[in-house]
Amino acid sequence: MTEQANRLLDGPRGPKPKRVFSRRNIFLYGTLLMVTIYYAIPLYVMIVTSLKGLPEIRLGNIFSPPMEVTFEPWTKAWGEACTGLNCNGLSSYFWNSIKITVPSVIASIIIASVNGYALANWRFKGANLFFGILIFGAFIPYQVMLYPIVIMLRELGLYGDLSGLIIVHTIFGMPILTLLFRNYFTSLPEELFKAARVDGAGFWGIYFRVLLPMSLPIFTVAVILQVTGIWNDFLFGVVYTGPEAYPMTVALNNIVNTTQGVTEYNVNMAATILTALVPLVIYFVSGKLFVRGIAAGAVKG
Amino acid sequence: MESSISIRDLDLRFGSVEVLQGLNLDIGVGEFLVLLGSSGCGKSTLLNCIAGLLDVSDGQIHIGGKNVTWAEPSERGIGMVFQSYALYPQMTVEGNLSFGLKNAKMSKAEISQRVARAAEILQIEPLLKRKPAALSGGQRQRVAIGRALVRDAEVFLFDEPLSNLDAKLRADLRVEIKKLHSRLGNTMVYVTHDQVEAMTLADRIAIMKGGQIMQLASPNEIYNRPKNLYVAEFIGSPSMNFIHGELKGGDFVADGLSIPMTGYEFADSSEKEGKAIIGLRPEHIATGDNLASAVSRTKAKVSLVEPMGSDTIIYASVGSHPIHIRMDGQATVKPGDEVEIGFQPARANLFDPSTENRL
Amino acid sequence: MSADRPNQLFRNMNAKVAAIPMIVTALFVFVGGTAWTIVYSFTKSGLLPRMKWVGLDQYERLWGTKRWLIAIENLAIYGLCMLVLVFVIGFILAALIDQKIRFENTIRTVILYPYAMSFVVTGLVWQWILNPEFGIQNIVRGIGWESFTFDPLYTPEIAIFGVLIAGLWQGSGLVMVLMLAGLRGIDHEVWKAARIDGIPAWKTYIFIVIPMMRPVFITTLVLVVTGIVKVFDLIVAQTGGGPGIATEVPAKYVYDMMFRNNNLGQGFAASTMMLVTVALIVIPWAILEFGGKRSND
Repeated sequence: MTEQANRLLDGPRGPKPKRVFSRRNIFLYGTLLMVTIYYAIPLYVMIVTSLKGLPEIRLGNIFSPPMEVTFEPWTKAWGEACTGLNCNGLSSYFWNSIKITVPSVIASIIIASVNGYALANWRFKGANLFFGILIFGAFIPYQVMLYPIVIMLRELGLYGDLSGLIIVHTIFGMPILTLLFRNYFTSLPEELFKAARVDGAGFWGIYFRVLLPMSLPIFTVAVILQVTGIWNDFLFGVVYTGPEAYPMTVALNNIVNTTQGVTEYNVNMAATILTALVPLVIYFVSGKLFVRGIAAGAVKG
Repeated sequence: MESSISIRDLDLRFGSVEVLQGLNLDIGVGEFLVLLGSSGCGKSTLLNCIAGLLDVSDGQIHIGGKNVTWAEPSERGIGMVFQSYALYPQMTVEGNLSFGLKNAKMSKAEISQRVARAAEILQIEPLLKRKPAALSGGQRQRVAIGRALVRDAEVFLFDEPLSNLDAKLRADLRVEIKKLHSRLGNTMVYVTHDQVEAMTLADRIAIMKGGQIMQLASPNEIYNRPKNLYVAEFIGSPSMNFIHGELKGGDFVADGLSIPMTGYEFADSSEKEGKAIIGLRPEHIATGDNLASAVSRTKAKVSLVEPMGSDTIIYASVGSHPIHIRMDGQATVKPGDEVEIGFQPARANLFDPSTENRL
Repeated sequence: MSADRPNQLFRNMNAKVAAIPMIVTALFVFVGGTAWTIVYSFTKSGLLPRMKWVGLDQYERLWGTKRWLIAIENLAIYGLCMLVLVFVIGFILAALIDQKIRFENTIRTVILYPYAMSFVVTGLVWQWILNPEFGIQNIVRGIGWESFTFDPLYTPEIAIFGVLIAGLWQGSGLVMVLMLAGLRGIDHEVWKAARIDGIPAWKTYIFIVIPMMRPVFITTLVLVVTGIVKVFDLIVAQTGGGPGIATEVPAKYVYDMMFRNNNLGQGFAASTMMLVTVALIVIPWAILEFGGKRSND
């Protein structure tokens, strides 16, 4: 017996020895490091290019950090860059984008949340049919609906105008947002809704006093989804607005891809960062909620 | 007794959290050992360490006389059955049973022979061509057991295998696991939080709390002679009655109650004095016809009656002490009645209130 | 009593009012707009839509146009490569990140940030990096490899692959996130069972985990494919369809026909073809995904 006990004490003991630099770890972290660098490089190149003077760019290497940091390209991109028509920079288009994004986001979220609530808790005849059409609509290439909407907006006298574009964004935000809100409200316990009804609350009473206060996260997700989506839009902007009302993305494209004069790469990159700034800030600040917004786009109905 | 599994000074830490502390355990060849405890007690963690699914922080694990502390799970000679069944959903039952063997480059003939044997033992032959999604919960768990069976392992590990099943199926499969054990005769380690499973299946039960084994003994011993207050309270439903009092000259004395402890076996055969807690199982408090066997008698005032068919639980008070008593199912008692009850010191349990250990 | 019973039409009145925007959008924009475009694709519309029936003429002309054929070919090359690579890269990255690694959040954040940026920005950045005079080609030559040539955006035969690099950079983070969510959704005990069975990790991924992730793969596939068919801004910003017409795509063809060349009929016919392409993918998916479910219930 003691012999067995002694034998038992021999041999491996404690945690399995692991080398920090095992082949697996070198492969794993090596790959991830290279991947991370690959993904990060364009942002880095944008930033360093925008801080260099033109002569320095002509000399050399797009990856090298600026020898002499200058913010002139940034001020030029904001205030003086030429879009082909005028040379007022991006500033006015930045405000256009704000004027488009803010009302579109508010309108689309109000409509979609109320609609999702009606679909989740007040099912009525035909609701699912229309909802099905709406979801299918999300898959129809926008190109198919471009021209009919031009006609509708023209009839309403809104073609080429900011408010026309706002309506378009509200319409095309509807499928995904309605799905998002419907799924969220469906996931809430039904007893809550029933209890509120027993307490005598009506359609709007329940929406405002019961559901809204407990739905802050999903509204945040919706705002993130919509702000980035609308800010980044190009197609609707270029189709439904005129040169004065262009959103920032369209103006950026015009600045960079204009063929007149000397190409100022540093100004172009500064303009590009300026355009990407709003969604980037939202992305880095919101973190997990942004991912949740993406996942929401992939949820099945 | 020869050991099938030996665990020496096992420690497991997640960061600064000690999950298992200095744990020693020997499991005999062919033994059915149940690890029992409430959630978070470390029982599943211990099982995962034995399986090699968790790397230990210190100590050793031996299976079948070999030190397997650093061995891969597949090299430890174990089969394991999980709570969620963990079947491979895209493969047929046959595929599930044979996948590990194919991977180990076993010959086709050997594989089909093993699969056929497992299917015969578990009576799942008609299901071999089906996919898990087309099986009921009970059938899925049989397949999961089959997957452990085909590995021809010395040791079977069960991680709460019946928890996802409904009560009726759970009882049926429990019986089958017991039959399987007596037929195969291999060592089985079984984790559960269900004391009925533990009592019915185990050769020995290890009751765990806070990463340590509170008592390791046969079901009978654990039920009749719990080593400490925790074990006494954990085992038995409804749970044991506890009354705080004092040992004075061989009697247990509490407010309005005095029980002579003649016939009680003290832990080291010496009588004790001073503060004590007496533990009385509801079914060991005698009433009606059984009163004859009781040593000391007193009156209890009934406050609530719960008839359950096979027996009746009454909630009553003796002096200032609330107690519950299990009576015959046909007993006719009403709240407000006074019933005569009797105690059997030999079946009582005494604990030291400061150390919580059995006296 | 029956007189008190409210009219069916007014039951749930508030909910119906709330659903009006959805109903109007679904009927007038999605159904109406699509039907309108399809109908007018059979007409001789030019600068303005005209209800002059010409049958399949527009489609015959479309399929006889070199620019459209190139656009379709590009879409096929871009789409196929994008599809395969985005899944391979996305899944491998997700599997690597799922190995309980350190700095997971940082790595995930870096891989996904391009997805937060617009296609216009993506196109312009990569136009700059792939610029032969200053970008990668110039740097490699600077190191000493004088004959190194890498200027996809100025070489018609491979220009579409320059766009592909940018598209992959922007879109693979999305696939990675979806795949990671799928991997995290796999029952841990299945992994344990596979380890007990002695199955190596790569085999577990291929034979057990990936088959279990079928729903995630299908949903991601639908998202990626609809995204590919819509590709427009990226091309406009990065290459403008050039050099020449080397990187034309259907979405750009539609836009140019409708709003630049005053050739609405061609635009309508081309966009209808895009719709057909998407329908060929989405409808079987919808039947598989939702049709099957109903029969199970």
